[in-house]
Amino acid sequence: MKKLKIVVLAKQVPDTRNVGKDAMTPEGTVNRAALPAIFNPEDLNALEQALRLKDRFPGTTVTVLSMGPHRAAEVIRDAMLRGADGGVLLTDRKFAGADTLATSYALSCAAKKLAPDVIIAGRQAIDGDTAQVGSQVAEKLGWPQVTYAEEILGLDGGKMTIKRRLENGIEVVEAPLPLVVTVNGSAAPCRPQNARRILKYKYAMIPTEVAADPESLAAEMTAKHDYLQIAEWGADAVDPDPTQLGLEGSPTKVKKIDSVVFALKESKCLRCTDDEINSLIVELLETHTLG
Amino acid sequence: MANFFTDNKDIQFQLEHPLMRKIVELKERWFAEKDKYDTAPRNFEDAMDSYRRVMEITGEVAAEVIAPNAEDVDTEGPRVVDDHVVYATGTRQNLDAITAAGLGGITLPRRFNGLNFPLVTFVMANEMVARADAGFENLWGLQDCAETLNEFGSEELKAKYLPQTAEGATWAMTLTEPDAGSDLGAVMLKAHWDEARGTWLLNGVKRFITNGDGDISLVLARTEDGTKDARGLSMLVYDRRSMCHKVRRIENKLGIKGSPTCELVFTNAPAELVGDRKMGLIKYVMALMNAARLGIGAQSLGLCEAAYREGLKYAQERAQFGKAIINFPAVYELLNNAKAKIAAGRALLYETTRFVEIYKQWEHISHERELTAEERAEMKFYNRLADAFTPLQKLFLSEWANSIAYDMLQIHGGSGYMKDYPIQRIVRDARITNIYEGTSQLQVVAAINHVTKGTYLSQIEAYEAMELPATLSGVRARLAAMKTRFAEMVARVEGIEAEHKGEGFKDFHARRLVETAGYIIMTWTLAAEAAVKPEDYTQQLETFVRLAEAAVAGAHAAAMASEWDDIELYRTVLSGEAQ
Repeated sequence: MKKLKIVVLAKQVPDTRNVGKDAMTPEGTVNRAALPAIFNPEDLNALEQALRLKDRFPGTTVTVLSMGPHRAAEVIRDAMLRGADGGVLLTDRKFAGADTLATSYALSCAAKKLAPDVIIAGRQAIDGDTAQVGSQVAEKLGWPQVTYAEEILGLDGGKMTIKRRLENGIEVVEAPLPLVVTVNGSAAPCRPQNARRILKYKYAMIPTEVAADPESLAAEMTAKHDYLQIAEWGADAVDPDPTQLGLEGSPTKVKKIDSVVFALKESKCLRCTDDEINSLIVELLETHTLG
Repeated sequence: MANFFTDNKDIQFQLEHPLMRKIVELKERWFAEKDKYDTAPRNFEDAMDSYRRVMEITGEVAAEVIAPNAEDVDTEGPRVVDDHVVYATGTRQNLDAITAAGLGGITLPRRFNGLNFPLVTFVMANEMVARADAGFENLWGLQDCAETLNEFGSEELKAKYLPQTAEGATWAMTLTEPDAGSDLGAVMLKAHWDEARGTWLLNGVKRFITNGDGDISLVLARTEDGTKDARGLSMLVYDRRSMCHKVRRIENKLGIKGSPTCELVFTNAPAELVGDRKMGLIKYVMALMNAARLGIGAQSLGLCEAAYREGLKYAQERAQFGKAIINFPAVYELLNNAKAKIAAGRALLYETTRFVEIYKQWEHISHERELTAEERAEMKFYNRLADAFTPLQKLFLSEWANSIAYDMLQIHGGSGYMKDYPIQRIVRDARITNIYEGTSQLQVVAAINHVTKGTYLSQIEAYEAMELPATLSGVRARLAAMKTRFAEMVARVEGIEAEHKGEGFKDFHARRLVETAGYIIMTWTLAAEAAVKPEDYTQQLETFVRLAEAAVAGAHAAAMASEWDDIELYRTVLSGEAQ
């Protein structure tokens, strides 16, 4: 098989990498309004792996599947400017409040409809950091999954060879299609948007965006060219079991949130002398841990 | 994510200049291709939106890929392996990234797979790439050669070579030889027509060729047997894939080390004639040079910007005597002057680019249909301005790339002299800018006629007609005083020259005259910006007018005190004795 149908799972996330002082609400939840919405970084690594397959096997299509509010169409558009063929935005109030179980259920329903040969996703999103969605989609589809992928090395006779980056080294595995691959942040960075694709695809939109400004040039262009139409699917379009969707389908209940500041990364031994204690205090003051 | 477009509001300001409307309409032929190509803009706003987006991508590639590679490329440099160039690892990555971003063939027509963007955006891209790595800009910027082929080549040649630019093909401008540098009329590399093979064949040696092993080369060669001057030279295009050339060596340069400067040997190398025979130097190289001079202006400005930002950062971080060194007048004056020069230089560079663009587009249109008398007059008007401004911007920006880099290294103190900081690379890279594509001295030669024939003066008068807010009336008065001094200098120099019926006095003072015109013009271009956006440009204007006044006063004093005998005084060095 030399012509693949690839679905890339992508999420629009608040940029938690450059967090200002208003990043959290007083209630301890993420203040999404204060953080710019970005393409989840590891999903970009996943997209790059998909685009490399497309480069290698002409005729391959890359479709970006995302679930989120209307504005999440932005990540699909961005992916198209980088090389994806098109996308589907799953958007419906019925999906709202989903935990990873309900999210992966909805995504797997959409994936069934798209019927790809391979689904490639980022390892995890920087807002939830669960790394569960890609794996759960594989489980729900009953497909094999390869996690922590760093590079898709080859494709031969319906089997994909994949390099995995693990804590203790590198592992090369082979897996049959159809398959779910989740990609590590150590994989190749995604290519930039392409000037020619910008000219061609910059007006790509979902129907809701078109309806918001029907007189715009963008609306006119979208009506004229099918390739500018990003699909927008509500819950009904993927024919799910409604009890497994959204808040109802989410067994996760948040009881309490602790603000954990530090992760233990390296340890330091100090002897109990005045000098060493002083130097520790100075260091902690300098890094604003104290004071 | 770092981005050299979004972090630089001065570049963004240039993209929004009022003349852009005219430029876009000309470049797009009033949007004639909007239904022919799905990549063509529908209207002015649509086009501008695309330019902004593509410039943002360029800024991202420059900041995220090219800049981080600059140090390694500088250290590793290119090599010659089996008679051909192998780029440094980072150079290859840069080329791949910039090609993946679709930034090849920015200005070329759509039918040759170009973006059909205005020259302004290409110059901007060069500025940003040069800020990241001037050595890489040196070889990437050579795609402006494609524009010369687009202007003068046959439809067949264009169809063969131009689309390759979009795919990432690199170019070379293969002109100079061991005995033909500034004096290109002395070029000896021979091209002869081989009847049996039905092609021109190149034989000979070229030296100091930037990216000499590039995919496509425009070669200046002697097609007319027995001739010895410019009239025997033609331009030919050579395809690297013929592999009838060898790279004898790569020069070991002071700077722009990532860019391979080659010595080439051509042996029966097939090449195709561009345009007409014998017009190689007289017409095509001149066009090539003018485009390249704009490119060097952009490269120099990118270097200035990079140097300034390094100097500023160091001055803010480095503490001595209990405070950051930026607090000392000796340091903040250097920074402030650099900032003002960059603003003025940028205003001049993009003003020149707009003039070049309007004239070039009218010229292209004139090949498609007959121009009206009014259109023809406009083309001539902008052609003259382009000719006058091109050497001016190259002269100032390349000299400032050097002096600003020098000052910013000075701010670093001893650390700046070490290879630990980027500023030393910027100093080394800048040093070539006022030498190649015509030395500063040759830019003065190209510009001096516009002093004496009044091109600069008439443009200064056009600027004077501009409305300025009341807050800038002081600047207007100071500009008027500088103009008076300029007129006095010109009158005196021309008077003495005429009186002695000899040549040499004007040449002797040429640089002073050209620089005086330049300072006045730049003050005006910056004043025009301050009039539109006083909050961003008034401070730079106030600094620059002081710099301009001091420079004009110095030049004025020198010229007004100068007598014919000065020539003899300065010629005593011709005796050739060291002591």
